[in-house]
Amino acid sequence: MSAQTATKVETATAVPRILGERAPKVTARNVDIYYGEKHAIKSLSVDIPDRAVSAFIGPSGCGKSTFLRSINRMNDTIPSCRVTGDIKVDNKDIYARDLDVVHLRARVGMVFQKPNPFPKSIYENVAYGPRIHGTASGKADMDDIVERSLRRASLWDEVKDRLNSPGTGLSGGQQQRLCIARAIAVNPEVILMDEPCSALDPIATARIEELIDELKQNYCIVIVTHSMQQAARVSQLTAFFHLGILVEVGDTDDIFTKPKDKRTQDYITGRFG
Amino acid sequence: MSDHIVKAYDEDITALKTLLAEMGGAAEEQLASAIKALSRRDATLADQVIRNDDRIDELERQIEEKALLLIAKRQPMARDLREIMVTIRVASDIERIGDLAKNTAKRTHAISEALPRKLSTGLARMGALALSQLNKVLNAYARNDDIMGMEVWRSDEEIDALYNSIFRELLTYMMEDPRNISLCTHLLFGTKNLERIGDHATNIAENIYFLVHGTTVSEGRPKKDVTSMMNPNED
Ligand SMILES: Nc1ncnc2c1ncn2[C@@H]1O[C@H](COP(=O)(O)OP(=O)(O)OP(=O)(O)O)[C@@H](O)[C@H]1O
Ligand SMILES: [Mg+2]
Repeated sequence: MSAQTATKVETATAVPRILGERAPKVTARNVDIYYGEKHAIKSLSVDIPDRAVSAFIGPSGCGKSTFLRSINRMNDTIPSCRVTGDIKVDNKDIYARDLDVVHLRARVGMVFQKPNPFPKSIYENVAYGPRIHGTASGKADMDDIVERSLRRASLWDEVKDRLNSPGTGLSGGQQQRLCIARAIAVNPEVILMDEPCSALDPIATARIEELIDELKQNYCIVIVTHSMQQAARVSQLTAFFHLGILVEVGDTDDIFTKPKDKRTQDYITGRFG
Repeated sequence: MSDHIVKAYDEDITALKTLLAEMGGAAEEQLASAIKALSRRDATLADQVIRNDDRIDELERQIEEKALLLIAKRQPMARDLREIMVTIRVASDIERIGDLAKNTAKRTHAISEALPRKLSTGLARMGALALSQLNKVLNAYARNDDIMGMEVWRSDEEIDALYNSIFRELLTYMMEDPRNISLCTHLLFGTKNLERIGDHATNIAENIYFLVHGTTVSEGRPKKDVTSMMNPNED
């Protein structure tokens, strides 16, 4: 797959520089998503670079979560939802009939807006994924995976003495980091984060951002955020959605200093009516 | 540009631009008076210019303070961000223009006899040109008019050319009679100040371009101040 992006009419063109440096990990072509009659994503095409952070921004209801969820087929769980077009991870169609969805979700992990730990121990929350995917060989290996994942999520020091207490007993910020530890425990290649910091204080937010920075060395990360500053801080690619349309996608540095489309300009400067 | 959802944001930006307009107006006045003082050897007017410079410095301080507060409070993005950055830069150019006007006015005290006619017309022309450049570029800025800004940017050559011819003229006077050296040196500094004011006007023009386009001016402007080849101490 070359860095060339097949752009469609509505999206401001020019191939982002980051796609010259990083091969695309996820590619979408002419994707339409419907909830029954509701056309939530309209003919969207985009390339998402590997080992980089891409941010989806846009007003509430523009379809960010809808498109994000289509990247690991979370939308399958919504009966009225229909996805057409091409979405590929590593150039493989993730909507192919013979594709194993459970396996896909291990490769493409997700962190939600509200931290949602299982009503189990901290340890079990992290061990859950490796267990169902059978990636751990024995107790020692599992202990190792749990510790490593919690360390990477910079939560280890805070929970190492209470691994058997319930994950739901942690603070909101700790729960969110637990969910990130759970997501990375299965060694995903892509991590989708839907407003992961919206319930967190500035310190916890900074911790997650630091973690995202570190994770991008190895993973393809996509983050949905309502904070323009956060998008500007953590991402290298920014995609602006409006009314189900991908209006503009470009290098983050350009989007926040000299966006091409007036709608992008209006939105990021707080002018949207 | 449409309004922000938060009205106070627009009010903050308007307040900033109003201060800058006041600062620009003050600099224009200062420059006009400095030129008048020097060419008429009016010491009273010169003193007034020297005193009034504080006002410009004070306005710059206020603009910086407001701009910092606005960045902290609103975290401007895209064009808003450029707007604030350009305001700070333009204020700093105007502050320098104020200093140069003051320095020009100071030269009045050192000039005791009437200027030779050729020099006084040269000085008057250069002063008028610098003043018109400043006036035009401030208007262009107030209207976000990058095309008008670029006109100013291109006409800076005229000031440079005029400065070069006055420089030669002054050299001739000094060589003719060493008693002219003191007068000519002060005039030389005075005209160099005007030439530099022209440069600050082009800086402002470049900032208007950046504000409007988000990129810097790419066209190279031919630098016509050749006096540095004659005088190694000039920058
Ligand atoms: N399960 C659903 N059933 C029907 N319509 C839905 C469903 N989920 C989302 N929608 C609609 O699809 C559109 C896009 O929703 P989506 O949740 O993707 O927006 P979003 O950009 O993530 O917004 P927010 O920033 O508020 O999270 C909205 O109009 C929404 O009402
Ligand atoms: Mg959403």
